[in-house]
Amino acid sequence: MTIINRRHLIKSAGAAALAAPFINRVALGDEPLKVGFIYLGPVGDYGWTWAHEKGRKEMVAALGGKVTADYVENVNEDQSATPVIRDLAKNGHKLIFTTSFGYMDQTLAVAKEFPDVKFEHCTGFKRAENVATYNNRFHQARAVMGTIAGKLTKTGVIGYLGSFKVPEVVMGVNAFTLAAQKQNPDVKVKLVMIDSWFDPAKESAAAETLANLGCDFITTHTDSPAALQVCEKKKIFGFGQGADMSRFAPHAHETAILDIWSPYYISRAKAVMEGTWKSGDSWWGVKEGSVRIGPYNKSLPADVAAMGDKIMAGWADGSYEVFTGPIADQSGKERLAAGKRMEDKDLAVIDWYVKGVEG
Amino acid sequence: MGFSHGGGKGMSLDLIIAALLTVVNITTPILLAATGELVVEKSGVLNLGVEGMMLCGAIAGFAVAFSCSDPDVADTWLGLAGPWLGVVAAAAAGAASSLLFGFMALTLGANQVASGLALVIFGTGISSLIGTSFVGIAIQPFDSVFPESLAEHPIGRVLFGYSPIVYFAFFMVAAVGWFLNKTRAGLVLRAVGENDLSAHSIGYSVIGVRYMSVMFGGAMAGIAGAYFSMVITPLWAERMTAGRGWIALALVVFSGWRAGRLLGGAYFFGLFMTLELYAKASGFSFLPSQFWAAMPYLMAVIVLAVMSARNKGGSQSPACLGKPFIPDA
Repeated sequence: MTIINRRHLIKSAGAAALAAPFINRVALGDEPLKVGFIYLGPVGDYGWTWAHEKGRKEMVAALGGKVTADYVENVNEDQSATPVIRDLAKNGHKLIFTTSFGYMDQTLAVAKEFPDVKFEHCTGFKRAENVATYNNRFHQARAVMGTIAGKLTKTGVIGYLGSFKVPEVVMGVNAFTLAAQKQNPDVKVKLVMIDSWFDPAKESAAAETLANLGCDFITTHTDSPAALQVCEKKKIFGFGQGADMSRFAPHAHETAILDIWSPYYISRAKAVMEGTWKSGDSWWGVKEGSVRIGPYNKSLPADVAAMGDKIMAGWADGSYEVFTGPIADQSGKERLAAGKRMEDKDLAVIDWYVKGVEG
Repeated sequence: MGFSHGGGKGMSLDLIIAALLTVVNITTPILLAATGELVVEKSGVLNLGVEGMMLCGAIAGFAVAFSCSDPDVADTWLGLAGPWLGVVAAAAAGAASSLLFGFMALTLGANQVASGLALVIFGTGISSLIGTSFVGIAIQPFDSVFPESLAEHPIGRVLFGYSPIVYFAFFMVAAVGWFLNKTRAGLVLRAVGENDLSAHSIGYSVIGVRYMSVMFGGAMAGIAGAYFSMVITPLWAERMTAGRGWIALALVVFSGWRAGRLLGGAYFFGLFMTLELYAKASGFSFLPSQFWAAMPYLMAVIVLAVMSARNKGGSQSPACLGKPFIPDA
């Protein structure tokens, strides 16, 4: 009952705002914009949530006193998320970021109750008038890692530690493999999926397995630094995921994918303040500054580091695309004709591995 | 053994030994926690809080081991004893957290299932809270204490290449089997679990025996947690035990409350998980990965069915398991 009452209140408030846009704008100009964030993990997870928290802080710093931002951490991806999102909306947050795939339906449900609040759902695909979606092109950085591994592997066998067969991971596997094959056409990529995003003991066991089977590079698409610790112990090489993890493996850590969310958060907060916010789907990458790589290991040869930098520069100016044909799948069937670039709509739903991926 | 680009390829015996090391790594924490829980359940108490106690042990062990690796003390006896102190701290933290369950379930006679689940939530929460300041830090793993010539010998490592906690786990499962079946104290503990009223009426302290076994179970779960944060992945991450406590609980039931089968069952699980990884990495994709993930459980059910068909009524489920005991005033 109370909810319905509040909804009516909000509707009438919205109507008043429409009737008197001038008053509304003055109010916005005086008071800072309140932005809310919903986090899956703790802000100290040193991974996914940590990166979003960094983005939040940088947004507040960049926009000075014009925005304030609150967050709620450890929110489960179930029905318990709904009241948490609703609370943020009720408490005057006009822009709310829900930063995990599992908040999709909850975000849409609350968005219906608060038509004057803007919602942004990370990695989702369902949108509404006041719900936008956004994600990062993490696979762009994987092309740099594939280049390094393909160039430097002695055994010609590289391990890829994955979580689930979802488009984001398939994209990563393919981008990594294609880039490695540019350096060494005979490279094989052994893929192990551990059916979890976070299980340090299993990640560690899988990395040991890959190392024992002759892999001298292992890249991870799971959230903990467990595999890097195995690389350090086995004296082979690996990469950080989501953040620079070199402190866990000072010798083995070649570079890392960095998730940078602040450019998007800043631009969206500005759009709300200027009244230009629109729903849509954003898929930013190196060009927009949303994906970067960490510092190279000092043991990495300079010419290899230069190749990595060249790829990053190519992503930034659009001259490089790792998904350029000809590309064949595992069975050898051609999936992309020579010279063609893969379109975003095909990339976003990709469910096949390129030739050279084992597993 | 220099750190350079390019590594060696293994021979097949090498590969088998290397795979065995992985099996031991996966199995040891499950075995430790299940051994503790076996004693708890034999005394008639069902403590579902293993996962929470493991996390308490994991953070305590890591925090102490990390503090002892501080450059100021690293060269003193503290630095040398650091990992051992970490294990002791893990056991103490596990036992301390189990007292929370003990107070609710034994002293107050609360529902044991609910109290155990509360302990999981408590352990997860408190370990996250304490762990906040330990995120993003790595320590040296608590590896083999044998000389390198043995611990890294291509063949010798199959015997000497493990953390001391591994040998401790083997010792404890044997010791618990002996204690439960061959000693008078073990008989009393089983009597308390089989018939609390009779044990009480001939003068044994049911609550006292149960408190002791609950604390033992907590200490073992704590050490199991330390195996994650100090040996497998020498770092702290929230919820890093990722559900192994539940597997340990299931293992106690699958083993029919017998120490020998517990050892076999734990290694069975470790072996299958390792085989799963090798099969995937070798490209045996004709079996879906979900099948591999379900395999240990499927096999456990089959083994259990065969065993109980062979010796009828062979399960040694304690008669008073999960039943609160409230002595008459």
